[in-house]
Amino acid sequence: MSKKSKKRGKKLKGLTLHFMPYGEISKLETVDRIKKLLKIILDNKVIVLQGRLRPEEESRLIEDTMIMVGNLKGFKGIELAVIEQEGNSGFFQKMKFGIAKALTGTQTALTIIGPATIVKEMKKDPKRLEVLMR
Amino acid sequence: MAIKIIRNFTKRIFSLFFKKRKDISLGFYGPPNAGKTSLANRICKDWTGEEIGKVSKIPHETRHVQFKEEVEIKYKEKSLKFKLIDTPGIATKIDYEDFMKMKLKKKEAQKRAKEATQGIVESIKWLDDVDAVVVILDSSKNPYSQVNVTIVGNLIARKIPVLIVANKIDLKKSDIKRIESAFPEYDVVGISAKTGKNMNEFYESVFKLSKKAKR
Repeated sequence: MSKKSKKRGKKLKGLTLHFMPYGEISKLETVDRIKKLLKIILDNKVIVLQGRLRPEEESRLIEDTMIMVGNLKGFKGIELAVIEQEGNSGFFQKMKFGIAKALTGTQTALTIIGPATIVKEMKKDPKRLEVLMR
Repeated sequence: MAIKIIRNFTKRIFSLFFKKRKDISLGFYGPPNAGKTSLANRICKDWTGEEIGKVSKIPHETRHVQFKEEVEIKYKEKSLKFKLIDTPGIATKIDYEDFMKMKLKKKEAQKRAKEATQGIVESIKWLDDVDAVVVILDSSKNPYSQVNVTIVGNLIARKIPVLIVANKIDLKKSDIKRIESAFPEYDVVGISAKTGKNMNEFYESVFKLSKKAKR
C-alpha cells in the first residue's frame, strides 16, 4: 500500500458532547452530582455543564477522579476548565448581575469536563479556552 | 447540672487566657513540579538544618504529605514558629506512560502513578487541617489552569488565608505579572527556591500571612 493511500485510509474518530443544564444537578447532593458527572465521563463523553460546581465540589471531583484512576484500568483522569463572566464590569453591573443570580439562580459560567483519554489538554487564559483533542 | 455548667464555663475562660497557643500549620500547595518541596527544603535547611524531602525533575516526586514540626524563622527582630506541611502536587490526570517518557521503567512508572493518585487524595484531605497556605506556582507556566483556580477557590471557601508564590524567577520564561493578573486579589511574591533569590521578601510575606491565620 502506498504512503498516500495509507494517509487517506485514516479514520476520523467521533466525539460526543453532553450538554447539561444546571437544573439536572441542582437538586442533587454533592456525592450524587459527582457520581453523575463521572458516570458520563466514563462513557467517554465530554460534558458541557451550564454553571459551575462549588470549589469544594471541584476538589471532591478531583479526589474521586484520582481514586478511580488508581482503581480503574485505562482511566487516566479528566481535563477540567471553567469559563466565567469576567469581573471587569462596573459596580452597578456587578450588583445587577448579583441580584439577577440570587432571584433566578442563573448560572452564567460554563464548565467543561472531559476524559483525559479523549481530551489532551485544556489551555485557558483570560480571553479564551482551547480544548485540544487527542 | 448547674455545677457542670459552671465548671465548663470556668474551664473555657481558663484555657482562653492560659492555654499555650499552638503553632500554626502552614501548608504548601500547588500543581506538580512547581517547587513546593524545593522551597520547603530551603526553609527547613536554613532554619532547622535538615531538609524535608527529595526533589526531582520528574513530576510527582512528593507522593505523601511530609511534615516538619517547630520550624522557627527569624527576620527583622520578628520570629515565627510553625508546622510546615509539604503536600503532593494536585493534578486532575495521571498517566504512567508520561513517567516512562522520562526514562522510568514500566513497573516503576505504574507504581509512581498509583502512589501519585493516593498522594493527591491525601493532599486534598489535608485542606481541613491547615491554618494558612502558601500556593506555589511555576512562574514560567500558564497560571490559569483549573487546578490552580480550584485550589485557591477551596482555600477562600474555607476562609484559609493564602499567599501566592511565583517560583522559578531564575528562568528566562518567568513572568510574575501573568500570575499577578491571574490572582489579582492575593499577595504574590516572586522567588527562586533553587537559587534563594528574594527569600527575604517571602519571609516578610509569611509573617503577614501568619497574622491572618486563625488557630
